[in-house]
Amino acid sequence: MRISRRLFIRDGVATVTLGLAAPAFLSAIAEAQGLPSRRLVVVYLGGGNDALNTLISYQDANYYSRRPTIAIPAGQVLQVGADASGRPLGLHPRLGGLRNIFNEGRLAVVQRTGYANSSRSHFEATDIWGTANPQSSTGSGWLGRYLDTLPRPADALAAWNTSGETPRALLSGQTGVPAIPNGSTYTYASPNRGSAALEERSAAQIMSANPASGRPHLAFVNSTSRAALETLDRVAQATSYTPTIAYPNTGFGLALRTVAGAIVRGIGSRVYWVQTGGFDTHAQQGAAGGAAYGNLMGTLGDGLWAFYSDVRNQGLINDTTVIVFSEFGRRISENGSGGTDHGAAGVMMAMGGMVRGGLHGTAALLAPGSPTLENNSGDVRYETDFRSVYARVLDQWLGVNSIPILNGDFRAGAPAIF
Amino acid sequence: MAQLNPEIDHLLRRAGFGASAADAETFRDMSTAAAIAHLVDYEGRPDDVDARIGRPDHARVTSKDLFAPDIDIDDARQRWMFRMIHTRRPLQEKMALFWHNHFATAYSKLAADSGNLQAAKMLAYKPGGLRGPQGQIELFRQHALGNYRDLLFEVAQDPAMVVWLDGQFNTRSKPQENFGREVMELFTVGVGNYTESDVYAAARVFTGWNLRESVGYGRGDMNSYQEFAYNADEHETSAKTFSFPIYGGGNRTIPARSESAGMQDGMDLITALAVHPETARRLARKFWNFFISDIHPPDPAFLDSAAAVYLQNRTEIRPVVRYVLTSPWFTQPSMKYARYAWPTEFVARAIKEVGWQGLSLDKVRSPLANMGQLLFEPPNVGGWPVGAGWFSTGTMLARANFAATLAASQKETLAVALESDGGTPQALLAAMLDRVTPAPFDATPQQALMSYLVAGGNWTGSAAQLNTRAAGLARLLVGSSEYQLV
Repeated sequence: MRISRRLFIRDGVATVTLGLAAPAFLSAIAEAQGLPSRRLVVVYLGGGNDALNTLISYQDANYYSRRPTIAIPAGQVLQVGADASGRPLGLHPRLGGLRNIFNEGRLAVVQRTGYANSSRSHFEATDIWGTANPQSSTGSGWLGRYLDTLPRPADALAAWNTSGETPRALLSGQTGVPAIPNGSTYTYASPNRGSAALEERSAAQIMSANPASGRPHLAFVNSTSRAALETLDRVAQATSYTPTIAYPNTGFGLALRTVAGAIVRGIGSRVYWVQTGGFDTHAQQGAAGGAAYGNLMGTLGDGLWAFYSDVRNQGLINDTTVIVFSEFGRRISENGSGGTDHGAAGVMMAMGGMVRGGLHGTAALLAPGSPTLENNSGDVRYETDFRSVYARVLDQWLGVNSIPILNGDFRAGAPAIF
Repeated sequence: MAQLNPEIDHLLRRAGFGASAADAETFRDMSTAAAIAHLVDYEGRPDDVDARIGRPDHARVTSKDLFAPDIDIDDARQRWMFRMIHTRRPLQEKMALFWHNHFATAYSKLAADSGNLQAAKMLAYKPGGLRGPQGQIELFRQHALGNYRDLLFEVAQDPAMVVWLDGQFNTRSKPQENFGREVMELFTVGVGNYTESDVYAAARVFTGWNLRESVGYGRGDMNSYQEFAYNADEHETSAKTFSFPIYGGGNRTIPARSESAGMQDGMDLITALAVHPETARRLARKFWNFFISDIHPPDPAFLDSAAAVYLQNRTEIRPVVRYVLTSPWFTQPSMKYARYAWPTEFVARAIKEVGWQGLSLDKVRSPLANMGQLLFEPPNVGGWPVGAGWFSTGTMLARANFAATLAASQKETLAVALESDGGTPQALLAAMLDRVTPAPFDATPQQALMSYLVAGGNWTGSAAQLNTRAAGLARLLVGSSEYQLV
């Protein structure tokens, strides 16, 4: 399944004159077409984030009895009030930046997101969150289908992926998405200097424009090369951005800095994809907010806080929404390794200048036998279908009809995050 | 190389890493059948490649201190690239790469757990100089074409794998699911062929499959090590029932056993998984993708026959690979250049074809990371996103830019080697295509290459012109889309 994912894009890209007719900045077309300049940053936490230690139900006695070594002590959580069911909740102590955004009313936390019969396989589950179809882990992604609704010709930088591999969520029938894991190496090198180097680049351009008819796999590699050559100069503009504040020196922080650069420089990408891994915490998560899981939360919270502050300083936060998800939550009871195994429902977040902040959904009651649990009370049962969050983002933020993109109406029960 | 028989060229790209000028000498007069036997029955070839590290007519390695590939991961990466380029047993290295992706284990987690030195040693130690078990990659070399059931046993007890999937914490009171899940999902039958309750049962099967530290263990001590230990006290002894047969008669339950006999649980489960028909089909599919094509989907008839060869030969891999390479599908014209090169394959082949004079293999590490395949650092236990998944704008630029780095390093060598072919641009292009073997070009890219050669003015064949244009041509060829196919 994973093998064929890029072929899917290929079919579209090979037949579309990718970016050839686009002006230098999509924002110019966007304005001409009367499109709003809103953009969406999607953050994927790879490995299955332990939602119960992200947003902590710190008065649930079973939280402490079932997690004797990895529970966050009630005195350390960053309290964020109580949810609709009256459960007091707190953020992980390393999420101080997110608590600031919460206090500004611009962080929405959606509890118990997922779907029925949650897959416990990383790969299948990640693909399901990508396709937005629990019955299918193959085919195009929900963001790819959104990109296909943008006016043609599609800009070569309609979306911007900061990881090296294109995630299924961005797979599309008609819109290629460049992968820009490292702006500083996103350049064209030559063994020669001066005119010979320029002549080389121009030969490479002609070679990659060859339609390669009858060899679709070669056409696919050509389209990738061509998109790279066409986006080099604009990417360089974004990566030379000097932010208003210092970002943490983590892969995640640096990726967010690049995204901020693209936003501030008006590159015009509508969707940005950022990911950070290490959430598959089967062992040694660490106690009381320290160690491994604490560092994951620190990377997440510090990076997002820097990004939020920087984009706000630039006066662009009202046009920016960030959503955060992971492929599943984790088992309620800790295992013998001081970690947690694969679970079911997780937690999603949204932040931005137009986000309606607060706690959405209700916390699981962790006592065995509780109807908010499943799998012999081992895992948290979902309450909010993740597709309803996608629907709200598509309908209310990106301004498109979510029904054809999600292949169904998931508006009912969507949390009011905008 | 183009001067070789095209069938052998194809074979060497798939069952090896392409052909250098020296390889071309070895294979020039061989029949295809003899070449397949040469590759598959590699025990007849000398295993002398490591001893040639440092020899002047080979690619170079460089290191901050002493070159220490048993305990330093960057040196281990160089040693492996050196082996891909210079080995006399290319299929053994190719299979080691296959198993490294199949049992994908990443250095970074091991280093976080046990420190850099022990992590590198667990992955790459070649027995000889130090104390402790061989590194994981040596296990893959040892069993490259061996018995899959045996390999699974060894992998389940491999210290790197135990740390990677948290087996050292798998205890009686708190079974750990990580290995139990992945041994079914990724190493054998695949998603859809086991249930969640099978995962919980498999976790219990492997309780007590832990690690033990050597006496006086110190993580910075190169003679310290961790080794597999069956910890009988931590084995959960009750019966374990699965959704698929464990024993020949169809019995699905591993019986309750005493603590001391409990290691047999894991042996029974691994055997059942190794001989499971879905494992046979899954391996057949992976071999199709690896050796025949990841562009054309597997022919069901191929899957049936390759799976049957695997089961009839009691999970031996060598007969399966021999079957793949001699099967009619392998030589079909539509399968030529119908597989996307993995970054390591691309780099090894480019170096073999363009040249390695004075090139340090330390220089390929960051390009490989940018192409998405740093050795010993797969992105997760599922391995790399092979096939079309290798290609994005960022990774394609990294490939093209490595072509530039390589061409720059071989500028003088190329100019000298091609001096007698520099009479006309046509002759130069033809000579370069004898060394470097992209998939065939259509007319448009062919013309672009010719135009590039004469873009600086009329062709005179001067030393300066050859120096510039031969390197530029090598960069365009190796960086072309056509070259990304093998």
